[in-house]
Order: sequence, then structure tokens, then C-alpha cells
Amino acid sequence: MGRHPMPAVNLLEVRGVSKRYGAVVALRSASLTVAAGEVHALLGANGAGKSTLVKILTGVIRPDAGTIEMSGRPVRFASPASAPRAGLAAVFQDPSLVPDLTVRQNLRLTGADPAGVRRWLAAMDLGVDEDDLAGDLPLPLLRILDLARALAREPRLLILDEITAALPADLVERVFHVIRRWRAQGRSVLFISHRLVEVRTICDRATVLRDGADVGTLVLAERAEQQIVALMLGPMAASPEALRPAGPGAGTRPDAAVRDRAGGASAAPLLLEARGLAVSGALRGVSLSLRAGEIVGVAALEGQGQDALFDCLAGNRRADAGEIRVAGRTLAPRTPYDAIRAGVVLVPADRVHALLPQRSVRENIALPLYNRAARWGPIDLRDEGARAGAAIARLAIDTRAQRQVRRMSGGNQQKVVVARWLAAGFRVMLCFDPTRGIDVGTKRQIHRLLRDLAAAGAAVLLFTSELPEIPLVCDRVLALYEGRVVRELPARAADEATLLRVVHGLAREEPPG
Amino acid sequence: MTGPPAPGAAGRRPIAALRAVRRSAWTVAIVGLLGALLAVEKLVHPTLNVFDMQSLVDGALPLCLAAMAQTAVVLSGGIDLSVGPMMSLVNVVSALLMTHATNGQAVLIALGLMAVAAAAGALTGAVIVATGVPDIIVTLATGFVWGGLALHIMPIPGGAAPAGFAALMTGELGSVPSGLVVILAALAILWEPVHRSPAGLALYAVGSNRAAAYLSGVAVGRARVTAYAMGGAFAALGGFALTASTTNGNAAAGTSYTLTSVAATVLGGVSLAGGRGGMIGPVAAALLLTLINTLLTFEGVDPNFSLVVQGAIVVLVVMVAGLVLVRRRGA
Repeated sequence: MGRHPMPAVNLLEVRGVSKRYGAVVALRSASLTVAAGEVHALLGANGAGKSTLVKILTGVIRPDAGTIEMSGRPVRFASPASAPRAGLAAVFQDPSLVPDLTVRQNLRLTGADPAGVRRWLAAMDLGVDEDDLAGDLPLPLLRILDLARALAREPRLLILDEITAALPADLVERVFHVIRRWRAQGRSVLFISHRLVEVRTICDRATVLRDGADVGTLVLAERAEQQIVALMLGPMAASPEALRPAGPGAGTRPDAAVRDRAGGASAAPLLLEARGLAVSGALRGVSLSLRAGEIVGVAALEGQGQDALFDCLAGNRRADAGEIRVAGRTLAPRTPYDAIRAGVVLVPADRVHALLPQRSVRENIALPLYNRAARWGPIDLRDEGARAGAAIARLAIDTRAQRQVRRMSGGNQQKVVVARWLAAGFRVMLCFDPTRGIDVGTKRQIHRLLRDLAAAGAAVLLFTSELPEIPLVCDRVLALYEGRVVRELPARAADEATLLRVVHGLAREEPPG
Repeated sequence: MTGPPAPGAAGRRPIAALRAVRRSAWTVAIVGLLGALLAVEKLVHPTLNVFDMQSLVDGALPLCLAAMAQTAVVLSGGIDLSVGPMMSLVNVVSALLMTHATNGQAVLIALGLMAVAAAAGALTGAVIVATGVPDIIVTLATGFVWGGLALHIMPIPGGAAPAGFAALMTGELGSVPSGLVVILAALAILWEPVHRSPAGLALYAVGSNRAAAYLSGVAVGRARVTAYAMGGAFAALGGFALTASTTNGNAAAGTSYTLTSVAATVLGGVSLAGGRGGMIGPVAAALLLTLINTLLTFEGVDPNFSLVVQGAIVVLVVMVAGLVLVRRRGA
């Protein structure tokens, strides 16, 4: 590289980086520049190549072609251990603290300066007992600790990959506070997030990736969101209805339970009722009811009992007290199998836990079918194929990588989880943060899909960590706070400001009970 | 280092000592169980004396060292099915080399063999890391290699060891069985320096969560190779224990120790998933298993049946621990 006549050398300069896995091209040719003292967003739909680029920048994988320069000097990373030497530190999507070591040992493991970590934690008004095992700490705190550890290295470029995904709103604010301080010191951040509101709040510029290449870099002024979405979606944005499936009857066969009826709101039959569900330390008497054709949202900050609520309903966990009725019949599920038989199915937050990563799309979809006594004996491959095929078509699943689900993008994996229950049939779908870490385009599809399911007579209980989703998708919303339903609102009244107040336990107008 | 109390830390701070006991509850329990069993034996057989204690340690020494070898590897998230055959091989080679050796030469030979065994372990680890072939398969294969070599070198038992060398491992030092001294020395000289170093931290980290360790910048491959090298060195010590106790070489002497070492490791509170546990627990478990065996033999129980009892105890203890864990999680 000769010296080029540039006024200011960019801190990070990525040019034409590409990476392929076998036949799958993850990155075609991505370029990116981050200036000193800039918070730069890296955006793109799922499968656009963001994670691959981050992995390359942090030395987790090596690119096939292209160059990376830090302050004009080419760098090459052999492993995650070598990126910090070039002045890069990253907070990955998955916590990188080792669970069986104490916090102190974890810091020692990476050679982090404990005093620096403490200082950054204090800057976020947080602290941890350093003799606690990392595995005993709640997930949001682990992310923050990861962040403090990265900051303590004083890197020139900090890479934050979906750091806010697992954080409650108040912690996000503290993270932003630290990022602003960081920028004020003339340092840079590469910020990866699906939450456009956050991107607009904290970032200066954004680079958008699509199909493994950069399609534009823009300054985040007012009204940049539409532009970003347009760039991310490309031609797809022009016809948002293109993915709507053919109506029932045209090839797709809605399952009996779903087909049941498409009733009007309050006259529709009650599909799920819970009375006084309690789990020690998590739930303190939660009651709710879902009618056919209804989507009920659950809004809550991290750790307000939503996990326990969904676990109880899905049969993952037994409630200490309370009653569950499904379509009028009492259900006391001892295992998820019991709940599934009654027609209550779960789409969990962690897709990896819901899927068999090494098996095909078809097997993943057909998995619950194998459970039925009538299906013991040889598997009817034709029936299985038909059901799976119908579900794949209905959800517009991208099946290019269908031989192994683990090779698919996150959004497509989520669709496979939903498709499984479409093929198996259900009455009530429990969706726990189904759009976490999923791109805008796929998110829209999932929203539409949930509405379709409801229109076809199913009931959906949806917990989401993204409050703006609630008025978009739900009919009603329940706000959980400290294990209780503190408020129930019609979705149209649930604008973000109201919800934020409610989930923080403010504005408690209707006392529970 | 006692830094300033973390700002905003949770109000309740358990006392450090209490927490240490709770975290190593299993080790404490196993050592307690061993003590209780010794006390019972003392009550039932008041004639128990130092000599009995020493014969217990002598009998348990190979298993103790085998368990330490296995533990080093299991802590790093692996498993080593070549521990037993490696002990046989070291037993055979040392008995051959020491046949006409003086005590001093024997010690030198032992040190040399230990280095070779550690290198062999490191090689095994390197193969596992470099090829990505599962450890269970690689170590099964290397186990065949070591066992076959042992048989090739010494088809029928033979060789010898100088009395002084034998006494070093199976005699007594003052009134302490020298086997205990060997174990403590191995812990102090071989294990603790690694355990307390960054390499030891890396070994636990890699066993606990390999992906997180890798993302934290830990040299995962090096940590795993270190674990297998430690395993090789401990297995060599186990081989010497066989040589010392029988004063000859036998290519079949170590065979049974592969699986019993896994049993002692598990019974000693080391998580087979890696990352959790220590060395004291497995050593205590090895002594416990040997003591039970001795007691049963003493009571005239058919030795074949005493294996049934040993196996049942392992299953029972692990089962109870599992139930306790499930209950604690459920609460």
C-alpha cells in the first residue's frame, strides 16, 4: 500500500473483505471505514454478513480476501488473542465470560486490569462481587461486565455486537452514557444493533450491508430510518406484501386446531386461562386469559417473572400455585409434552435450544410429529414432506442451507421453529421474544405471521423486549412488574412512552388482584 | 488483592470462608466420608495400626495417581482412555531399565520416563487439537498403542526395581506412609505451580466453556495440550507406583486403571463436562474406593462381588449429588 493523500487517516479501513463457507458466500466484498472519535453503526438484514465481518475484525475467523488497516497500517489477526494488540476490543453477542471461574479469575484470564474494570462499572453505577462465579450472575450483568472488561483495555476501536439485545431499558441508557464518554475522548465504536431507534440515538454514521456487500454509508440525521430500512431490504422493500402466503386452501392446509374458527374478539372462545400462577421468587399470582384470534403482549423489564410465566405455561416448570385451563380443560403440565398435547406450544428466546442444529429443516419441522402415538412405527415420509413443505412455503423460509439448520441465518431459524408448530398444530402459541436479534425485514414477516395465525383462530401470548412491537402486533398488553400483572392496556393505548412508564412500575393505576 | 468494595454490590456478602466451603462442598463431603469410614474401621477392628494405614495407602497409590492423571484432563473438558495402558507401559519400561540399576540411577530413569510420558501426553493432546478428532477416540487409539508396546516389550512379567526405589514409593517416612508423601509432592511440585499460573486458569476456562475462553483470547489448544501433558506425567508416576509395589514389570498391570480412574474422578466431584473440581477430591475418592475394597476383602466378601459394591457406591453417590443439584435448581 502506498501512502495516499488523505486529509485524515481513518482509524479503521476495511476494503473488499470476502469470506465463503463451502458454497455459501457469507461476505462478497465488504468495505467499511470508521473515523477516530466516531460511533459507527453496522447494519444489515440477517444473513447480510454482519456477524461474519465482526468475526473477521476480531480474529475469530480469517478472510479469504481483502485488507484491514488500523490507522493506515495493515493488520492481520490470527486469533481473538491478537486483535487487542492492534487496539481492537469486542463485546460479542454471546457472553465471553467463563461460567465456572469467578469474576476475578475471568479478568485475570484476559489480563484485564481489575481497577479499570471497576472504574468502568462504577461509571455505569454498577458493581459486582468479584468472588462470585460468572455463571451465577444474571445475563444483563454479564454483558455489562463484558463491556467493562473491553473498555478497561482502552482499545482505540470498541466493537459492540448487539450489546443492548439482552439489556433492560435502564441499563441501555447507562451503556449509552459510557459510549458518549468514550467518544468524547476521541475513541471510536463500531455499534451493531437491530434497534434503529438506538442506532439513531447513539451513532454518527451507519454502513449498511446487504447480501455480503456494503450498499451505502450514511450520516444519521433526522428521518434516516426510512433510508436505512430501504437500503437493508433492497428491492424487497418495494413489495412488502410479496411474501404473504397464498390464502388457506391454496396448497397450504391449515391445521384443524388453527382452522377451528376465526371469531370476533370477545365472543371468541377462551383458549387459555391462568389463575393465580405463582412461583417462589419469580411469579406472585398472575392471571390472564387469551381468546381465539387474539394476540396478547407481555411487556416487562428483564427479570420481572416473564421467564417463569412462560415456563409454567409451556410445561417447563411447575407452578407452586395457580391453575391453567386450556379450552376449558384444566392443564397441569409436568413436561412440555403435556402442554404440547393440549395445544400449548412455545417459541423460545433461544433458537439454538429449540432446534436440532445439525439436522435438516425438514426433520426440525417434523420433530413434534414423531411424538404422536399414531405415528409410531415407520415414518410416513410423504406425509412428513407435505406438512413440512406446506409450512416452509407458508413462512417463506429460505431453504438454501436446509441440510443443516445451524447454517441458516437467525431469522430463518426462528421461522423453522414456528413452522414446526404450524405442521404439528396448536391452539396457543407462546412466543418469548421471537424477534430478538432478527433483522427488520424478517421481523415484519414474523409480525405478519403472528397476525395470520391469530386470524386463523389461534391465540398468541407474546413477550417482547422491544416495546414498539406491542402496538404493531398485539390486541392487548399485560405489563409485568416484580412477578405481578400491574396493568392491562389495549394495544392502541400502548405507545412506547406509556409502556416504558408501566414496565418500570410507575403509573400503577389499576392495582392487581 | 482486596480492592475497595465494589460500588453498588449486592448488600449480602457471604463470608469468604463459608463460600469456599460451599464451593468445595463435594470435596469436603468425600474427605469426611473417608474419615468416617476410617473411624468405623477403627471401631470394628481396634487392632488397626500404622501398618494397616500404610498398606491402605500402598494399595491405593496407583489409583490415586491414575485419578490425578484423569482429573487433569477432565478439568480441561477432555477424557483420557489411555491412562491405564500408559501406566502399564511405564511400569514395564521402568522395570526393564531398573533391573540392574542403583537407587540413584533408578530415580534418574524415573525422571526421564516421566518427561517422556508427559511428551507422549502432549502429543496425544496435540493430535486431538490439530485434527479435531474426538478425544475419546484418539485416547482409545493411543491406549491400544501404549498397551501393545508394553506387551511387545515384555510379553511375560519380568524386570525388577531396586529396593530403595520401591521403598521411596511404598515404604514409610517416619511414621507417614511414603505414598502420601509422593501424592503431596506430586501436587506441590507438578500440579500447584500450573494450577496457580495463567496456564492453570486457562485449563479450567477451556473446560468450563471453550467458546467463551476462545473469545476471551485464551490459547485453547495450548491449554488442552498442557492438560494431556500433565495427565501423562501423573500416569507415569502411577506406573512407578506399580513398579514399586510389585518390584517387577507386567504389561497388564495398569489395564484396569483407565475406568477406575474415571470413577474416582467423578466420585471426587470433578464435573465430566469440565471446568469444575480439584485434585483433593479424586485422591480422597481413590482412597475411599480402595478402603471399601479392603474392608470387604477383610470381611471375607467375594472379591468379584466387591466390584459390584464399588460400582454401586459410585452410582449412588453421583445419583444423590445429581438429585441434590436438581432440587437446588428447581427451588
